[in-house]
Amino acid sequence: MAVELDFAAVLSQWPLLLLGVAWTVGLTAISASLGVLLGIVCAWVASQGPRWLRPLVASYVELIRNTPFIVQLFFIFFGLPAAGVRLSPEWASVIAMVINLGAYSAEIVRAGIQATPKGHIEAAASLALSRMQSFIFVVLPPSLQRVWPALVSQIIIVMLGSAVCGQISTPELSFAGNLIQSRNFRAFESYIVITVLYLALSMGARLLLNRLGARVFPGAHRG
Amino acid sequence: MPADLTPAVPALTIAGLRKSFGSNEVLKGIDLTVAPGEVIAIIGKSGSGKSTLLRCVNGLETFQHGTLEVDGQALAQDNAAAMRALRQRVGMIFQSFNLFPHLTVGKNIMLAPGLVRKLPADVLLERARRLLERVGLAEKFDAYPDQLSGGQQQRVAIARALAMEPMMLLCDEITSALDPELVGEVLAVVEALAKEGMTLLMVTHEMNFARKVSDRVIFMHQGRVHEQGPPERLFADPQTAELRQFLSSLQ
Ligand SMILES: Nc1ncnc2c1ncn2[C@@H]1O[C@H](COP(=O)(O)OP(=O)(O)O)[C@@H](O)[C@H]1O
Ligand SMILES: [Mg+2]
Repeated sequence: MAVELDFAAVLSQWPLLLLGVAWTVGLTAISASLGVLLGIVCAWVASQGPRWLRPLVASYVELIRNTPFIVQLFFIFFGLPAAGVRLSPEWASVIAMVINLGAYSAEIVRAGIQATPKGHIEAAASLALSRMQSFIFVVLPPSLQRVWPALVSQIIIVMLGSAVCGQISTPELSFAGNLIQSRNFRAFESYIVITVLYLALSMGARLLLNRLGARVFPGAHRG
Repeated sequence: MPADLTPAVPALTIAGLRKSFGSNEVLKGIDLTVAPGEVIAIIGKSGSGKSTLLRCVNGLETFQHGTLEVDGQALAQDNAAAMRALRQRVGMIFQSFNLFPHLTVGKNIMLAPGLVRKLPADVLLERARRLLERVGLAEKFDAYPDQLSGGQQQRVAIARALAMEPMMLLCDEITSALDPELVGEVLAVVEALAKEGMTLLMVTHEMNFARKVSDRVIFMHQGRVHEQGPPERLFADPQTAELRQFLSSLQ
């Protein structure tokens, strides 16, 4: 039995697809920026921040890394209203993604910080830099550079994970796919198109982030 | 430097300094006074406490007993702001250079004066270029540290320390990590500094250099200043058996 493919039935829904792509890219861009920032702050706390904050940060990181993203998302969207916090699907998605990426990038950045040669920190101290200046200008940039490939991978994992946000009707790419196939019953074609779009987004994001890394960290260790 | 304006104030005064790592007492009562412009070479066996002594002077290590004054100012170990103020006056050069790998040579030099002294960009640039010229690396302004030889990196590290205009430099075996053919270029820079009147405290294994450049040699043994004196006398006529043994072990 030959399968008769009808991509036109899917592609004619391009405004929906475009909206989905825009939401997926947007969610990823926001959560990547804020999530990595959150991760850096947590890594700072873990490596040299106030001692009383460390158990808090460690608990957060463990909690997020040991629970499924979909549960985190549902907790924020369906659970928090019971506590009086009612969020739109879009806000719930952004917050869940930031919190999720924050925990993973905290661990990644911390590993980078731990690989900092002690001598660099001592040199910074002996040049009269404060601990914060030393962290921001001496410790952090090479640490981020060391772990940049891991951060890029994690950002892409979060981008793909954002497909789950369609479950609470955030109009991201997988949500668009579900909607289209429920309208035209072309599940096969719909998901092929969605798959190709995710693939393109991932590869595009990886390329872009690698380029960004090369720009931001020009003093790459050639050795 | 204006040593003659303040003849009474030593660059460094250490009295009764004791330092332990856990139960291991590493410095067992150090007394040392260094005049402004004086060049001191610290020699001694590995493990005798030379590095620890230097690191106490700029607060990289804390000590348990005794006092330490830089230019008449008592070191306040538990006051972070005071320690930073002290470190602006006392530069340190390390055995392993410790240049910041993500910054160009120029930015390595300009980082601390920019952040700490908040000097404007044009002053920073001018200062970095002048210092690089002084250490013979004017053309390396935009190079990254890993594009330089060890000797060049160490000269940049010296320029970087000088950019804070310290009154005293601490040098901890700054040529020990270098290939023999690169030692000379670094020592030449240090010698020039000594001639210009910089107060220098340097741990070194280069005995010929110590003999040639230093005003005073300090021999450390088991956490104490075991013997000290002008280089001519100390090398030619060691008074203690330990120094005699140390010197003969170098031959
Ligand atoms: N961070 C440290 N922790 C514990 N012991 C140390 C530390 N640094 C140095 N020591 C010990 O202090 C002693 C003196 O070391 P150091 O000052 O480095 O000697 P030197 O520079 O003369 O070789 C050694 O026994 C060394 O093992
Ligand atoms: Mg040493």
